[in-house]
Amino acid sequence: MTASAHPKQAARTTASEPSGLSQRLGRMSVTAIPMVWLLAFFALPFVFVLKISLAEADIAVPPYTALLSWVDDKVLSIRIDFGKFLFLFEDNLYLAAYVGSLKIAAVSTFFCLLVAFPIALFIARQSAEMRLLWLAVVMLPFWTSMLLRVYAWIGILQSNGIVNSVLVWLGVIDEPLALLQTDFAVYLGIVYTYLPFMVLPLYATLEKLDETLLEASADLGARPATSFFTITLPLALPGVVAGCVLVFVPAVGEFVIPALMGGPDTLMIGRVLWDEFFSNRDWPMASAVAIVMLIVLVVPVMLLRSRGRQQSFGHG
Amino acid sequence: MRNFKRGTFTALISLALAMPLQAAEEKVLNIFNWSDYVAPDTIPNFEKETGIKVNYDVFDSNEILEAKLLAGRSNYDIVVPTASFLERQAKAGLFRPLDKAKLGNYKNLDNDLLSRIAQNDPSNKFAIPYMWGTIGIGYNKEKIKERLGVDTITSWDILFKSEISAKLKDCGIAILDSPSEVIGTTLAYLGIDPNSEKSEDLAKGADLMKKLRPSVKYFHSSQYINDLASGAICAVVGYNGDILQARTRAEEAKSNVSIGFSVPQEGGLMWFDVMAVPKDAPHPENAHLFLNYILKPEIIAAISDKVHYANANMAATSMVSDDVRNDPGTYPPEATRAKLSTMKAHSAKFDRLLTRAWTEIKTGK
Repeated sequence: MTASAHPKQAARTTASEPSGLSQRLGRMSVTAIPMVWLLAFFALPFVFVLKISLAEADIAVPPYTALLSWVDDKVLSIRIDFGKFLFLFEDNLYLAAYVGSLKIAAVSTFFCLLVAFPIALFIARQSAEMRLLWLAVVMLPFWTSMLLRVYAWIGILQSNGIVNSVLVWLGVIDEPLALLQTDFAVYLGIVYTYLPFMVLPLYATLEKLDETLLEASADLGARPATSFFTITLPLALPGVVAGCVLVFVPAVGEFVIPALMGGPDTLMIGRVLWDEFFSNRDWPMASAVAIVMLIVLVVPVMLLRSRGRQQSFGHG
Repeated sequence: MRNFKRGTFTALISLALAMPLQAAEEKVLNIFNWSDYVAPDTIPNFEKETGIKVNYDVFDSNEILEAKLLAGRSNYDIVVPTASFLERQAKAGLFRPLDKAKLGNYKNLDNDLLSRIAQNDPSNKFAIPYMWGTIGIGYNKEKIKERLGVDTITSWDILFKSEISAKLKDCGIAILDSPSEVIGTTLAYLGIDPNSEKSEDLAKGADLMKKLRPSVKYFHSSQYINDLASGAICAVVGYNGDILQARTRAEEAKSNVSIGFSVPQEGGLMWFDVMAVPKDAPHPENAHLFLNYILKPEIIAAISDKVHYANANMAATSMVSDDVRNDPGTYPPEATRAKLSTMKAHSAKFDRLLTRAWTEIKTGK
């Protein structure tokens, strides 16, 4: 979503310049690529999911009823069932699951930002060659399977794992701590897994930061903390927003990490969706849950973006 | 007019589909089976014997298999659902009836077990039994002895009486994450039909689980194998073969963990994994060749030896190694077998109630 914003904005700023027909065509073909992409990989699947959500579950292949059917080969009948969406409000489970997911995603995003900011700042202040090296260090774990890395954490956190063994050996604790199957483990897993998504956009903005501003601020007697909060942080804000969106959005729908590291009472929407799909075999209900999740996610992100745009217009 | 067109079209399509069948089937067979569920030489020997190239894929839950089948065009020739799942899938028209004339070794099967499976698959139309097993309690003998003073478990009381299960909280209780099987087990303990779909019976089973819940460490359907072997948990409601696998692992690791398994005296559930041929299987002839191969006593006996699950082949029992055949955990004695119930597929409405109750048991919401 953020990627497609840039070409559009670029098109808008240049639109006022005089241009020939060929230029306009060229521009259209450039914007057409992201539009086709969006259509093929977002709009179409969304329409399919929406269609399933309005059907009824059935013991058949596929396991839901058709929306359109021919009656006596003459009458085209349309059956639309909004019941699934209404049911989402009848049972408090769904609300609890959405809130649970948003909470876990928000807390994880916050800690991700807290960890990633110093890392990004550190990398941005290195020499050009060292930057590449440090970026590689951040990216490197990405090249192994995420599942493997989550299993590695299970090995570290379990009751006879490294952390507990060391703590018991040091005599800090007598009995192993329950680290796994807790919300703590879920936060840790998400922060660890999504860290590069936060570091990279932050680094991209911090790298462009004009260091003379900080020198000027120091010359004028500002303490480092003051400089940080009045200069570095506000200028890094686009990176902060981009990073937070990149971490928050997938974290809300996260299924694997809570399933493997969370406790039985970790209630997230991913789990509810799984249950609807696999335990209840109710594909329409699962689709309805997914669509509401999309709305819950897209609306705040769009608000955030429109605010960001207003701000950047204000500055310009 | 519409009908005519549609009819012609269908005829053309079916003609097109039938053409390759009339020609000799290509020498390929696509199998979708549970992970770790054959002997190492089962597939290579079949390939050698028939010259058919086998593509062998694995899954680890009935749900994954079902989703693939329901989405359509799975391209598999042999799939291995649990019988209660097959029941619903057969209703959705997913399978091709077996041609028993092509299954010369079918006569080797245990009639008692076939009639139990017929509760899910009437007149055994779509499937042959592959392996079967039970759901019981796996436990760490030493830790149970420390806490309860006994080293064999004979009753579900140790879990379903909360004053007893509370004593096991500190050493870790794990439960299968399988609502129908666990609630079915609680109903068997209460002397209620495990297949009951009455909401008051479900409530009774759920109440039992809610009392046990504070002592439960986690709900998971496979993690307990490692944890039981390593001593991270001391009691689990799980599948017999998985618990026996944990026992073998503990012995191999020489970890001094001694593991027991029992189907308590109140009875419990048994399950059957069955082999069936999807309706749209591209190689149904080869699939029948494979089924007939699996029905050979020496082949299935070798698989039981390897996976520690009982097969349903009467002629094979004597060929299964003594260790496995005489293990009451794998081949339960007649008295235990009489107390085992088979699970039926639930109605969609009851499945929803069950899943909801299960979420409430796990999360309190």
